[in-house]
Amino acid sequence: MERKAGLEGRDDNELARLMRAAITGDERAYEQFLRQIAGLVRGFARRKVQSGIDPEDVVQETLLAIHMKRHTWRADTAVTPWVYAIARHKLIDAFRRRGSRVEIAIDEIAETCAEPGHDIPSHREVDRALAALAPGQRSVVAAISLEGHSISETAKRLGMSEIAVRVALHRGLAAIAKRFGRN
Amino acid sequence: METNELIRALASDARLRAAAPSSVWWGAVGLASALAAVIFFTTLGPRSDIATAAETPRFLFKFVVTITLAVSAFGLVRVLSRPEETSRRAILYLATAPALVITAVIVELFLVPQDAWLAKLVGTNSVTCLTYIPLIGIGPLATFLLALRHSAPAKPTLAGGVAGLLAGGIAATFYAAQCTDDSPLFVATWYTIAITSLALVGAVGAHRFTRW
Repeated sequence: MERKAGLEGRDDNELARLMRAAITGDERAYEQFLRQIAGLVRGFARRKVQSGIDPEDVVQETLLAIHMKRHTWRADTAVTPWVYAIARHKLIDAFRRRGSRVEIAIDEIAETCAEPGHDIPSHREVDRALAALAPGQRSVVAAISLEGHSISETAKRLGMSEIAVRVALHRGLAAIAKRFGRN
Repeated sequence: METNELIRALASDARLRAAAPSSVWWGAVGLASALAAVIFFTTLGPRSDIATAAETPRFLFKFVVTITLAVSAFGLVRVLSRPEETSRRAILYLATAPALVITAVIVELFLVPQDAWLAKLVGTNSVTCLTYIPLIGIGPLATFLLALRHSAPAKPTLAGGVAGLLAGGIAATFYAAQCTDDSPLFVATWYTIAITSLALVGAVGAHRFTRW
């Protein structure tokens, strides 16, 4: 099947470059990658979402899924079809939890384009998953995400080694991805 | 937590630790074959007349079918284990093994007199076949479900069913070395039932354990 991503090939190459850098541990490249992906997925989710679902929840769940499954992207293929496939999977998941089913055609996704972010604070699904974490993991994830501390600052504040912080962060994010929308 | 805050946490966990799916699948198929071999050789073992049997086309044909099934299911399950599963054509590969069996059944019906058809179909090992193919295949199936869990299948239930066919193809390849019922009529009936049962277990198992 021929797929047209809602991006120029050049942009996809840029995403692929960022992703390859991210996989080797380049945190700034990964942050840039995730911000661009969030924009794409936000545009897609806002178009597709039904009442009762916050599109930003879909964006966040998709970002978590992309993070947990990033080893399934093959470095010799385009990034955007892979991203949209995961977004579609997570959107269908959200609909299913709402008790309704939809079929989303790939062509419809292709027409979707990126939209800028919005900053309306609200109580999100991700916060519920965060609250359900074990205390050690929760304080590490909260320090890095909500409070904006680096790994080393978090290690000092919590009296942990940096490796222990990284392990707690990794496990905490995995647990959040698993629990998202299910508690 | 706002999306930018979530991104900050994800970015701090950038470095990739998980193994690439292609190496996981090759590892899984190696482990699965080893598990199947251990169960086969400790319970059944090959038939005593295997050297003579190996010169008969019906005996050899069983391996053509079971290995074809395993190879095509392996190719397909790897496609289905990806989120952007593109190739619906890959499902056609799966038709190769059934097509071989159907052709062989037709040939067999010409070669064997009509009054012997039922005896060839029923054989003497149907219970052993229905017991041991699932028994040899269950370890491999568990291995493949773990590999699926590590992947990101767009349709977990379908992928699990194909994982069951892969486990069934491997198990049947070992079992065929023991079974003395070599008629395609027997293979088409009992092997199919045994392998289909593994496919059903795979579909249900994947639905429950490999959702992501």
